[in-house]
Amino acid sequence: MPMKIENGPFWKRVEENLQNDFMREAVAGMQDRGYVRRLGVIEELGHWEEWRSLAEQIRKHTLENLDYYLMQLSENVAKRGGHVFFAQTAEEANDYIRRVALEKQAKKIVKSKSMVTEEINLNPVLEAIGCQVVETDLGEYILQIDDHDPPSHIVGPALHKNKEQIRDVFQRKLGYTKSSDPVELARHAREMLRRDYLTADIGITGCNFAIAESGSITLVTNEGNADLVTALPKTQITVMGMERIVPTFEEMEVLVSMLTRSAVGQKLTSYITVLTGPRDEGDADGPEEFHLVIVDNGRSSILGTEFQPILQCIRCAACVNVCPVYRHIGGHSYGSIYSGPIGAVLSPLLGGYDDYKELPYASSLCAACTEACPVKIPLHELLIKHRQIIVEREGKAPVAEKLAMKAFRLGTASSPLYRFGTKFAPSAFAPFVEDGRITKGPGPLKAWTESREFPAPSKERFRDWFRDRQKGGNPL
Amino acid sequence: MKVSLFVTCLIDLFYTNAGKATVELLERLGCEVDFPEAQTCCGQPAYNSGYVKEAKEAMKQMMRAFAHADYVVTPSGSCAAMVKEYPHLFHGDPEWEEEAKRLAAKTYELTQFLVDVLKVEDVGASLHGRATYHTSCHMTRLLGVKEAPLCLLKNVKGLELVPLPNAHQCCGFGGTFSVKMGPISEQMVDEKIGHIEEVDADYLIGADCGCLMNIGGRIERLGKPIRVMHIAEVLNQRK
Ligand code: SF4
Repeated sequence: MPMKIENGPFWKRVEENLQNDFMREAVAGMQDRGYVRRLGVIEELGHWEEWRSLAEQIRKHTLENLDYYLMQLSENVAKRGGHVFFAQTAEEANDYIRRVALEKQAKKIVKSKSMVTEEINLNPVLEAIGCQVVETDLGEYILQIDDHDPPSHIVGPALHKNKEQIRDVFQRKLGYTKSSDPVELARHAREMLRRDYLTADIGITGCNFAIAESGSITLVTNEGNADLVTALPKTQITVMGMERIVPTFEEMEVLVSMLTRSAVGQKLTSYITVLTGPRDEGDADGPEEFHLVIVDNGRSSILGTEFQPILQCIRCAACVNVCPVYRHIGGHSYGSIYSGPIGAVLSPLLGGYDDYKELPYASSLCAACTEACPVKIPLHELLIKHRQIIVEREGKAPVAEKLAMKAFRLGTASSPLYRFGTKFAPSAFAPFVEDGRITKGPGPLKAWTESREFPAPSKERFRDWFRDRQKGGNPL
Repeated sequence: MKVSLFVTCLIDLFYTNAGKATVELLERLGCEVDFPEAQTCCGQPAYNSGYVKEAKEAMKQMMRAFAHADYVVTPSGSCAAMVKEYPHLFHGDPEWEEEAKRLAAKTYELTQFLVDVLKVEDVGASLHGRATYHTSCHMTRLLGVKEAPLCLLKNVKGLELVPLPNAHQCCGFGGTFSVKMGPISEQMVDEKIGHIEEVDADYLIGADCGCLMNIGGRIERLGKPIRVMHIAEVLNQRK
């Protein structure tokens, strides 16, 4: 699955998804339950704003010294006998991983959840050389067996499916015969997966945080699948976005706590796995060979720009879970594996404005995302920055909007022009007014009046009333 | 106390009653209200659409208009939040940075001014019926004013104030969002109206005319028996 989801133009996607009641119910339910849970664990922790500031500082500091920490990380991985590969592009990353798979003559590869491997579209590359690739995260597994249905949420990729739909997929693809009870469904998937873990040649994981001081990898899951992916196969490949790094264990602990609270409203997830290099003599399990693939794929060109804060992201999806736009249109509408506010900021940066020019506008700028973000990324401000670039640099703004803004500038930058321009508003609107309101508006008002009445301008502006009153013409 | 009113373009042109109520209320509480004629718009419609240059011209006009004011009070949480952003936007601009800081520091949203500066929580208003309050996103999240309006509304005689379910959720206005993303905005406002109906409110009260224009416009279109009022109008009711 590449970053871009091929499912038509923006409005077609939105319209289809607005019709999808199953999806909308699932998303709204998740958001409402998650909201209460998240606030609960935040309150329980106490001093949330101070924790956020600390997390922000950690991420900022790491990004400002990213070259240093990347060097330290790779030195430490190498010291422990691991291999490190810096991939500038998706192709380089895929190529490296393919070579490892060929060298190991791998037949089967198990994977734990990793957004970056989706971003670089790794699976088809491995399948093309005859490997069977099995996703072991339950959500990813469901999507994979459902003919590669794209993920709609960065933490819960199959969020758009309800349990009946999942049962149907299992029936069709796995010969499943039991009920839609989530426990039964999960048990069945686990039984299927168990065999794969035991026979896999390579385990591929993502990476929540790499720890520079020790060369370790931290994986946070609720299912324990990452443990099995890393414990059983002989070769392990971890793929990480180049910014997913922390200086020491201490910072890792802070960020993991912020991550689990923000992502799922839990103090801790069920499994937090820290791995350091290949198996040492005397280790009970772990891979014999360990590869760390560090992926740039457009990230370094965000560094040093006004969008640098987006690299602070720890992929918790708190912003997605509070987004009122995501609530109604769901993840697939974004046309990217990165959806919601994080996706609306990140997708145009990684994938360009041609494919994602609508996303910065798919926000009411309500700032719920900015408020929820545990590492204080000013998401709604970054959306405005995208809009500014679309207007100024890309020249992609609609002509009518440009004209309106020219008029805005003329009318608001000087008071005589404002006064003059607005004085005639009532008569300009008069032909459209009925019963003190506008039901079918002209020009840009048309879109408004598709679903709402627009107020008629007052006959007398406030400023006229005030002036008359000062003169004694309109006493209280 | 001398107060300069920043009435906002929406109130100047469309919701004049909210502006009149603001003046009367402030005067009743002992303020001398002045209306600098040179004011236009806070710049938000252009700024949020990415037209930063155009927005900044409007902002400069605002700074000129209110240069001599002691206090600037505005019946809009969203516009107040925009003004508070000026120092950030003019950061590093030798001509305007200081002016931006000065204006931001002396600007207050109406209910914030009443509670924090005038120290009034009961303005002696009365209105009969069941009401719910819409917390606008910019007022709560960007300006950080959450308690003041509720505090004032609780003291309105005869008003039964009921909490709005999912109050934290945006009503779908978002300025140009409401026209650019009309179908999405419509779903958002419908969900909001659903919650207002759930609590059986006679009145929907808000402190931002953008939200009220959106929610009110949809309520009117759907023909629902809910009256939409700006908080200044409620606080100025003395029946
Ligand atoms: S932007 Fe912030 S809230 Fe959204 S996923 Fe990233 S860290 Fe979480």
